[in-house]
Amino acid sequence: MLLTLSIFIPTAAGLLILMIPRRMETLQRYVALSGTAVSFILTVIVFLNFNGSTSNFQFEESWIWVSSLGITYHLGVDGISLFLILLTTFLTFLCIISSWGSVKERIKEYHFFLLLLETGMVGVFCALDFFLFYVFWELMLVPMYFLIGIWGGPRRVYAAVKFFIYTMAGSVLMLVGILYLYFNTVDPVTGGRTFDILLITRQCHFPLGIQTWLFLAFGFAFAIKVPMFPFHTWLPDAHVEAPTAGSVLLAGVLLKMGTFGFLRFCLPMFPEAAIRFVPLISILALIGILYGALVSMVQKDIKKLVAYSSVAHLGFVMLGMFAFNLQGMAGSLLQQINHGLSTGALFLLVGVVYDRRHTRLIEDYGGIAKGMPLYASLFMIVMLSSIGVPGFNGFVGEFLILLGTFKANITYGVLGAAGVILAAVYLLWMYQRVFLGKIVHPENEKLHDCTAREAFVLIALIVFIIWIGVYPEPFLSRMEPSLQAVLDRIQEVSTAAPLVP
Amino acid sequence: MPQFVFLVILFPLLGVVVNTFLTRRWSETAIGWFSSAMVGASFAGSVATYATLLGFDESARHFQQVLFDWIRVGSFHAPATLLVDPLSCVMILVVSGVSFLIHIYSIGYMHGDPGFRRYFIFLNLFVFFMLLLVLGNNFLLMFIGWEGVGLCSYLLIGFWYADEAKATAGKKAFIVNRIGDFGFLLAIFLIWSVFGTVQFHEIIPRLGSFPIGSSVITAICLLLFVGAVGKSAQFPLYVWLPDAMAGPTPVSALIHAATMVTAGVYMVARTNFLYSMAPTALEVVAIVGGGTAIFAASIGLVQNDIKKVLAYSTVSQLGYMFLACGVAAYGVAIFHLVTHAFFKALLFLGSGSVIHGMSGEQDIRNMGGLKAKMPTTYWTFLAGTLAIAGIPGLSGFFSKDEILWKTFSSGHHTLWILGVVGALFTAFYMFRLLYLTFHGQFRGSRSQEHHLHESPSVMTVPLVILAVLAIIGGYIGLTPALGGTNPFEHWLHPVVTQGARAHTLLGEASHEVGALEYLVMLISVVVALLGIWIARSGYLRQASWPGKLSKGAAYNTVLNKYYVDQIYDTVISQPIVKISEVMAQWFDLGVIDGLVNGVAAFFGWVAGGLRRVQTGLVQNYAVLMAAGILLILATLFYRVLF
Repeated sequence: MLLTLSIFIPTAAGLLILMIPRRMETLQRYVALSGTAVSFILTVIVFLNFNGSTSNFQFEESWIWVSSLGITYHLGVDGISLFLILLTTFLTFLCIISSWGSVKERIKEYHFFLLLLETGMVGVFCALDFFLFYVFWELMLVPMYFLIGIWGGPRRVYAAVKFFIYTMAGSVLMLVGILYLYFNTVDPVTGGRTFDILLITRQCHFPLGIQTWLFLAFGFAFAIKVPMFPFHTWLPDAHVEAPTAGSVLLAGVLLKMGTFGFLRFCLPMFPEAAIRFVPLISILALIGILYGALVSMVQKDIKKLVAYSSVAHLGFVMLGMFAFNLQGMAGSLLQQINHGLSTGALFLLVGVVYDRRHTRLIEDYGGIAKGMPLYASLFMIVMLSSIGVPGFNGFVGEFLILLGTFKANITYGVLGAAGVILAAVYLLWMYQRVFLGKIVHPENEKLHDCTAREAFVLIALIVFIIWIGVYPEPFLSRMEPSLQAVLDRIQEVSTAAPLVP
Repeated sequence: MPQFVFLVILFPLLGVVVNTFLTRRWSETAIGWFSSAMVGASFAGSVATYATLLGFDESARHFQQVLFDWIRVGSFHAPATLLVDPLSCVMILVVSGVSFLIHIYSIGYMHGDPGFRRYFIFLNLFVFFMLLLVLGNNFLLMFIGWEGVGLCSYLLIGFWYADEAKATAGKKAFIVNRIGDFGFLLAIFLIWSVFGTVQFHEIIPRLGSFPIGSSVITAICLLLFVGAVGKSAQFPLYVWLPDAMAGPTPVSALIHAATMVTAGVYMVARTNFLYSMAPTALEVVAIVGGGTAIFAASIGLVQNDIKKVLAYSTVSQLGYMFLACGVAAYGVAIFHLVTHAFFKALLFLGSGSVIHGMSGEQDIRNMGGLKAKMPTTYWTFLAGTLAIAGIPGLSGFFSKDEILWKTFSSGHHTLWILGVVGALFTAFYMFRLLYLTFHGQFRGSRSQEHHLHESPSVMTVPLVILAVLAIIGGYIGLTPALGGTNPFEHWLHPVVTQGARAHTLLGEASHEVGALEYLVMLISVVVALLGIWIARSGYLRQASWPGKLSKGAAYNTVLNKYYVDQIYDTVISQPIVKISEVMAQWFDLGVIDGLVNGVAAFFGWVAGGLRRVQTGLVQNYAVLMAAGILLILATLFYRVLF
């Protein structure tokens, strides 16, 4: 029941909010806060009771939903989804707090959509039935569409539509893939067709040609979501226009749907095709790393800069995943969490000054460290984590990714490591132009430093940023069995058809 | 096994934590002394560690302390474990000892600065990372310290961030260091791929299966050296260090002279078991070291900023240390590292005292005659100058001379000549600096003269202590040629001969004292005296040749540091920004996003076209329907008939 509760308590809170009279805004906020807090606490309980020594799914719930079609309500977590779920509930909780001061219009609808989004996100990570998965997957789109389209910036409608249609285009292909799997899997108990992900994964032994098509159908949807170069252009638009909380969840969680999808479906279900796609994906990932960093460097808008940096970071995630060894994959999964924490924090930080100055252009700032020392310090820590400085989370993830990549393919490893230099360039340059030097715009002289609420949200993230950097063991050890299981699937087939190194 | 070693790194970390959270309302004095005490405690721990090691048998002078499992994924394992052996012991003594003095000095130097607390947080953090760097038992932990000190350096160079140039200097240091770290990182990957471990003590026994000169070990050594070149400011990555002088002067003394920049030398000495198996890599180290020694010294000849002279001097002296490493005299490199830490910290702190007394002036052309007003600073500075110039009896002489001797005796005669010319340059630029600053007439403004004062004792006492060390520090490594037994080399002997292959490659150094050794020594002394004499003629006696020279093209080339910075800017930085701008504007927004929007527009266009078909007129539909029926019928007929 824990998973069901953590998925649907946010929706319940959202519905409750709809019933509260419009003028009682504070009450609406408190209901939203409690809903996300309960959901977060429940996932923490899941984490505490999680058995880290097995790759089996835990906290499983399975009820027959539509028996004639083989649809079940099947949930569960393993070492792959565990941290993504925690990340989701944690970030959503923090988003509610951060919206307290910054969102002042249509508070009722805003919180309703945010809570609905949480249901979709947690659901996607927990679902073990393709039908259910697809429902949650599409469910996420709607609230995000409205969050961008209603509470966004000046070009919000363009960005929202682009986000929606681009993602939909990918999802439709995935649906075709899902249906193909459905029609080719038989439930050994009932003898009928099934949407059950575990059953499908177990029975999935298609010839290479079919695997390739299926990999493409799923992979296209996920590649858009990640986003991998060259499918990334929806991201800067969506990020720039989205309200702060939207950007945080978009970068922190929604992008992980793509990488999670590869890890959960593409690799274990179509392992031979996955091996075939290693060069393509790795090269696209490397382009993403270098290209994202370079394009990021010359952005004039801080939010756009962070958005392009996501392209680079997710490039690392994909690179490590397709190294097909434990180090690379563990780094990849850890880096997904890291990116959620660090980039989430970066968007929150951008939101702080945006609320004060209503501009995100780098040139409108300069020298603000003097008046906002706490803000400047917090920004510095988060930036260092994003750069991958040792002692912070980003380093552990990037290091493992590059270590694994290097082991698999030296050229990819060397090129990826070069990307590490560039990350320092674009972020430090931006930091210098925003925070250091003298104040050139008089408007920036009287900016007040972080409020207690803003600082709380950021410090909460920083605690994890440092924790993972200094002692990643509790995270890595719980991931390992599940990743090993995926890896075993790949190695099974690669012994038949030897892996290209 | 002594369990207190972790305290050596814990105290500075404690300083960081307490200063970050608890000392907001403390007075400057309290913060300063508290932070210094933390480093002092760390020094006491280092002394105790040294005493413990002394109590062990010579062959058993090493132990490890496991703190916790840091990263463990599959077969990759990097524990947080400290390694104590003669080498790391020397390093922690020097690092914590010199840092302690500089912390105390900073209390006076940073007096009244609004960022006083922030300064001490960064300084304590630096000490923590530096100690971690030298105590780590594996490459990854060393890398943490390595990047950590780089980070602190970035934060402290840009400490006065309101000044754009200083902030830029900090950023430059970080990025250039990152380029070096790229090499280090790749080296770690390669080490793990080859040996399956990143821990030093596990690698050594696995070396047996590799031949000397093995290409993979050579590659590892060269990649590690890329890291060392970045961190220790060697050619071509030295460009950040002179700019790093933008930080407060005690920082220059501690980080950019005495400790952090020596990390590369430490790393090569630490991994001597690898380098000794890669003669080609050693040759590269020697050439880069020797080349940088003379290259940087030549730039130092003409600089007019007191700190810039010392900065190029540091680059040059680090070159000497690498030269020693390159001829496999690792112990000698560490010896010079130690004496250099004493006299260069002294010189920088002395220059800080001058800058403090001169109300922030750094141009030596505006100084002169400070000897009378700042006697303690002058005399200690003189001690440091004599030590670095290589005057017999002072520390620098012993270590530098041994480097030159080892270079010569290992057959690197060209590099030896470079080293000797570098020594000439060193003596010259140091005495030029000394004469222009402390001798002659005061050339500054009236108000500077009015404010001119000797620094408070919190600053001069560290100067005196360092001056004493700069004078006597060399006797720890007195060679047999000078009647000593070289206790320092004996102390390091077990570490620098790790890996059984080292002996066969290098041969046991002969302990016989030959006439040649005295000749080489004599040459370096003569050269040093010559350098001093030239400086004396030009700047104390004020001969006319410096003025004439300064009109030449050669002088300008050197003054502008051979235009290396400008070349980097036009060849690397600007093109990258240009390319990125083209990519962002033309490619990303134009091509890729253009395609995306193009697809959308295409569907819009098609839909628009199709919409016109749906006119709503029944006649049109009827015509189309009739046409369709005809078409179907025609097809059927066709099939049936043919």
